Amino acid sequence: MSEADQSVDATSRPLGRSAFQKIISNKTVWRGIVAIIAFVMLWEIGAQFKSWFGIEIWWIGKLAPPSAVFEKWYSVIQRPGYWESWYLSFFRVFLGFIIAQIIGIPFGLALAVNKYFRDIFFPPFEILRPIPPLAWVPASIIFWPTTELSIAFVTFLGAFFTIVINVLGGARAIDVQYLRAAQSMGASQWDLFRRIILPGTLPSIFVGAAVGMGITWEVVLAAEMISGGGQQAGGGLGFFLWSSYMGGDMEQVIVGMISIGIAGYLSSSFIRYLGYIYMPWRRLF
Amino acid sequence: MQNTVHSRMDKSTSVTSDIAPASVHINRVSKAYGEEWERQQVLEDLNLKILPGQLTAIVGPSGCGKSTIVNLVAGFEEPDEGKITINDKEITGPGNDRMVVFQETALLPWLTTYQNVVFGPKLRGDVDPRELKAEANRILDTVGLSEFKDKYPLQLSGGMQRRAELARAMINHPSLMIMDEPFRGLDAMTRELMQEFYLRLFEEGRRTSMFVTSEIEEAIFLADQVVVLSNRPATVREIIEIKLERPRNFEMLSTSEAYDYKRQAMEILHEEALKSFKRTGGQDDFLDAYAKRAE
Repeated sequence: MSEADQSVDATSRPLGRSAFQKIISNKTVWRGIVAIIAFVMLWEIGAQFKSWFGIEIWWIGKLAPPSAVFEKWYSVIQRPGYWESWYLSFFRVFLGFIIAQIIGIPFGLALAVNKYFRDIFFPPFEILRPIPPLAWVPASIIFWPTTELSIAFVTFLGAFFTIVINVLGGARAIDVQYLRAAQSMGASQWDLFRRIILPGTLPSIFVGAAVGMGITWEVVLAAEMISGGGQQAGGGLGFFLWSSYMGGDMEQVIVGMISIGIAGYLSSSFIRYLGYIYMPWRRLF
Repeated sequence: MQNTVHSRMDKSTSVTSDIAPASVHINRVSKAYGEEWERQQVLEDLNLKILPGQLTAIVGPSGCGKSTIVNLVAGFEEPDEGKITINDKEITGPGNDRMVVFQETALLPWLTTYQNVVFGPKLRGDVDPRELKAEANRILDTVGLSEFKDKYPLQLSGGMQRRAELARAMINHPSLMIMDEPFRGLDAMTRELMQEFYLRLFEEGRRTSMFVTSEIEEAIFLADQVVVLSNRPATVREIIEIKLERPRNFEMLSTSEAYDYKRQAMEILHEEALKSFKRTGGQDDFLDAYAKRAE
């Protein structure tokens, strides 16, 4: 139990000096760093030697070595267009994602608590849900006045369905005894919603958010590729990757891939951090 | 503590005031579940009185409808026929005059032990915050959880969780405590400790308690009267008055008096268990062996 104590205590000042020291002395962090370095080294060796002990590695030999990729990256980060792409992709992801949260969470909760609402809205929801977000791109381009809005709409769809399904499932899975206990202590319907259903659904909301965030990144990149990245400079990371491929610059393609990976990791870390802050009881395991 | 004048009126003015123990009357109650073509009659014409200031244990074969009785008295469900009254007032829904301690812990996992305990009074807002804090700390101290009040339920052991739940119930000053197999799933040692603890608690406050259990010894150790239920649909088979003196201790369980109670209850339960075997049928060998052992 002492380990759990520490983790709870540490969060009272998550950005303090002690938190930083904790990260430095954290074995998990170091394991992660060592793993990434080892991966890059294997990649470098594989790319440099084409064959390992006489056995040809069929794909890694065709890849640009990390040294070349990093060199490329170094030149790319000096171009403002690259950073504008980061900004644009992040903006599109978070715009769609946040709207999906704002609409999806109340919608999912309403589905969970009201039978009539569920009877009416769940069937159409379920018909729309299996349609892949990318299938919406043509309709979206016609429907919305600007490319930017079309892309945001598609990213919104990517996150929306996952969020709703998670919220609905989470709220429905709340132990009936919690509700009964609260009822016998005098809880009104509103109390039940605010003090039992809402906190009880919070873990599912964050699961939905984490999964939805991943889907949003997948979708925004594809949307950028298809739509040509909009009119702004930079065009987004998806467009950056796609145009690199069109230009035959494989090092830059890999730079784009790694950038997307890092962007996705940062986004989901942010979601996890929020979950950590808002669900102190979940820090125990 | 026989003063019935001491009504629930003064509960709102002071958290420490004692509550007159409730009496519960289950009057010709029937309850069935399921759709019409496969309706399961769980209770049929059940009559039962839970006397004020007494601990009434309810035992019965598993699946006989004990939890249904809990749900009805707590007001979570309504009887199909008959009525249940508490202090001559019909029960129409859940109320904070009755507190349930559930089989599995129903502590809210997102609240600390302290927050769980003050949940009810805070919700109703009927107690001065300062008084509430003092009262909560006193009750947490009584159940031995002062040091753990800022822990979350998942950080507590099984026995601590049950004590936290007792504290959460007690702070609402219910005139009736409903215990639905509250110590099930605890290891034998913790279970004994919890039985002893609950016994002390009851003997100090003499709050009317309905204690549902499947353990006969637990029932005899705690109760003033043990109600033995029949198989489903449940009716009262026997009411055994337990005349062991209070305060009680575990040694009393090895007296011949306690043994007689136990045998009496066991015999009825065996009969009922045999009935349920017979109903399912086709297990004659097992029944023979079982009957021989019972002799």
